[in-house]
Amino acid sequence: MSILGPEEWAAVLLSLRVAFWATLASLPLAVLVAYVLARKDFPGKQILNALVHLPLILPPVVTGYLLLLAFGSRGFFGEPLAALGIVFAFRWTGAALAAAIMAFPLIVRAIRLSFEAVDPKLEQAAGTLGASPLRVFATITLPMALPGVLAGAVLAFAKAMGEFGATITFVSNIPGETQTLPTAIYAFLQVPGGDASALRLVMIAIAIAFAALILSEALARRLTARAGAS
Amino acid sequence: MRLNGEPLFDLSAGVWPAVHRRRIGYIFQEGRLFPHLSVAGNLDYGARLAPKEARRSDRDRIIEMLGIGPLLTRRPGTLSGGEKQRVAIGRALLSAPRLLLADEPLASLDEARKAEILPLFEQLRDEFDLPILYVSHAPAEVARLATSVVVMREGRVAGCGPVADVLSDPAIAAVMGVREAGALVIGRVLDHAADGLMSVTISGGTLHLPGIAARQGALLRIRIEAQDVMLALKPPEAISSLNVLPAVVEALHEGQGPGCLVRLRVGEDALLSRITRRSADALKLTPGTACHTVVKSVSVAPQDIG
Repeated sequence: MSILGPEEWAAVLLSLRVAFWATLASLPLAVLVAYVLARKDFPGKQILNALVHLPLILPPVVTGYLLLLAFGSRGFFGEPLAALGIVFAFRWTGAALAAAIMAFPLIVRAIRLSFEAVDPKLEQAAGTLGASPLRVFATITLPMALPGVLAGAVLAFAKAMGEFGATITFVSNIPGETQTLPTAIYAFLQVPGGDASALRLVMIAIAIAFAALILSEALARRLTARAGAS
Repeated sequence: MRLNGEPLFDLSAGVWPAVHRRRIGYIFQEGRLFPHLSVAGNLDYGARLAPKEARRSDRDRIIEMLGIGPLLTRRPGTLSGGEKQRVAIGRALLSAPRLLLADEPLASLDEARKAEILPLFEQLRDEFDLPILYVSHAPAEVARLATSVVVMREGRVAGCGPVADVLSDPAIAAVMGVREAGALVIGRVLDHAADGLMSVTISGGTLHLPGIAARQGALLRIRIEAQDVMLALKPPEAISSLNVLPAVVEALHEGQGPGCLVRLRVGEDALLSRITRRSADALKLTPGTACHTVVKSVSVAPQDIG
């Protein structure tokens, strides 16, 4: 454990924690939104689609600032939530929220594709066997799309690990509280002699991204192999 | 629309149940097995969802009949087309439906697989107390399986009735396609001869057919295609066909081409003959003309005795 200094370790562990919760918390909503986008037709579908993808297109600093406006201590959501003891601004939970929102388009895209790969004829067949729509979803659609859902989650995790702009705008860069891997790298690069620390963190970031991509590709391949053999 | 006295659909009474509450077993053309479940998982999928009082207690018998016992742990992706369709039949059956709907279940199979699956539907018809609605484009399948037939043309009913009546109706046969038109008669096995032929009595006489494994007295469904029936005004002599039966012309149906379908009465049965219009004119065939039919070949299937 001597490779990393305590501050570097703190950043890596915090990043893992932020990414884990960001992924876990956004997964159910992402599954729901992806299913709706894949299977349902309704007025305003394109608006929902655009809304989901907005964080992908907007400058991250804009997303971070909007989060600050909404969830800051005086914000529209921030004030009533603070009364309940839930605070996002300048806390690691805020970093998780920012990461979740920034990763949301990626995870929805991956899950939506895997839902679209499930043949609706199989869902109809399940219906004729007596399965209600909810049961069809739980026993046919979701299990068949599972590799894609997992692939989306892996991608989201990696994206959440690396989120920078929205995070630093929303929750700043407080060591031990909101300093994640990328913001730590940024901070180390700002001080003389920090290059070595930054480089070590860079290697870790590359390793995590690489592992996530390979894992996600492998899961996606499993999905296609399955969908081809009905 | 009613099923066993219970309304299935009734728009005026607002009865239009959701698909999963209809309890209509569906056998699709392409199997539609769930790829992420084993064969056993597929079979039990609907069985678990059936109402408790309706659940089938004969799972083992169904698996045995369909011959899918050795496949239970396999995944659908590893099955052949025929195996998939047998599992699909079992899955629909075990969901304890009130009606079985088979939508061209053989259409995507090759001839050998068809020959393997078709007898299973005969067994379903004869051994299970379950109405089957079987959709098919193949008159040969209809002749083997059906008890009653509804002929559809462009979404409208073109004719309906007991299978033998419908198949021997020249106007309906023209709808189904004259090439495959053929009448259905029920015969009883009289005896088996040493040369491999068997004699089968029908109401209008005796047919000599290549023997099949059917005991004496068994009832057979005999399908005689219209293009295999020739007509002669006088009893033909010295011809190779063994099957010459006296008949009376009942009706003629002229199509758009040079052909003509003739409906004949042979005993109490009806036969169809496809001849040219020129021949019909030359023989001066009109309803009531007495003649002789020469039957070149037939296809035979066991008939439900009951």
